[in-house]
Amino acid sequence: MSFAAGLFYVMAALAVVTALGMVLNLRNTVAGAMCLVVTMISLAVIYVVLDAHFVAVLQIMVYAGAILVLFLFVVMLLNLRSDAFTPSRATAPKVVGAAVGVAVLAAFLAKLPDALPKVAEIPADFGSYRQVGLALYRDYVVPFEVASFLLLAAVVGAVVLAKRRLS
Amino acid sequence: MVVPLEHVIGLSAILFTIGTVGALTRRNLVVILMSIELMLNAVNLSLVGFSRAFGEVDGHVFVLMVITVAAAEVAVGLGIVISLFRNRDSVNVEDVSLLKW
Repeated sequence: MSFAAGLFYVMAALAVVTALGMVLNLRNTVAGAMCLVVTMISLAVIYVVLDAHFVAVLQIMVYAGAILVLFLFVVMLLNLRSDAFTPSRATAPKVVGAAVGVAVLAAFLAKLPDALPKVAEIPADFGSYRQVGLALYRDYVVPFEVASFLLLAAVVGAVVLAKRRLS
Repeated sequence: MVVPLEHVIGLSAILFTIGTVGALTRRNLVVILMSIELMLNAVNLSLVGFSRAFGEVDGHVFVLMVITVAAAEVAVGLGIVISLFRNRDSVNVEDVSLLKW
């Protein structure tokens, strides 16, 4: 097994463990957010293994750098007490939900190997800034502009929501 | 490709399931938003995997769009959480049942 393949499996295990830590951690929201940071960073390493260098840099900058900081900021701003969340009264829906989730996942994984395309050969600069930039600004320029409008709307909406008191 | 495509898509499915179960079973609004982020990340991983398998960078452009939507969703979602906390003094979804029939 090559170094890159080994890196993929180590990072995949780390991502699954920290994602489970985020979901199963019932006490501490800050610890859950830190688990999610580790998940994001290990996914960025996996993107590098999959020749998606531009996406890996974006993942670190936007997810680990901006979105998770926003989460931590809100958690600390609200000063959530760890005893604020008494466990839900009903445990049966959780057990059934987790069981259904695992069943669907197992059915999907069983079908998986027959359903995938053949892996193509790629050029040496696959996933570089140049290639992604050319696709982004030549073929996908309208979605790109729409995305900037979406961000503008989100900024305005967030400010309005966080500022005004609901009556 | 250094790892088989089915391992990449399998990891994506596992992460998506964890995120779905988290979003459906947890009661803390902030954790629910984090679970939704995890689901979006799982989708990004499968987009990157298929992009590599087909040898086209279009998937990377779609990942950029998904990241944009995720950032917008978090900004608005956390704005709603702060607004709710001011009015209800809680971020437990069971305390926010105004629209529940």
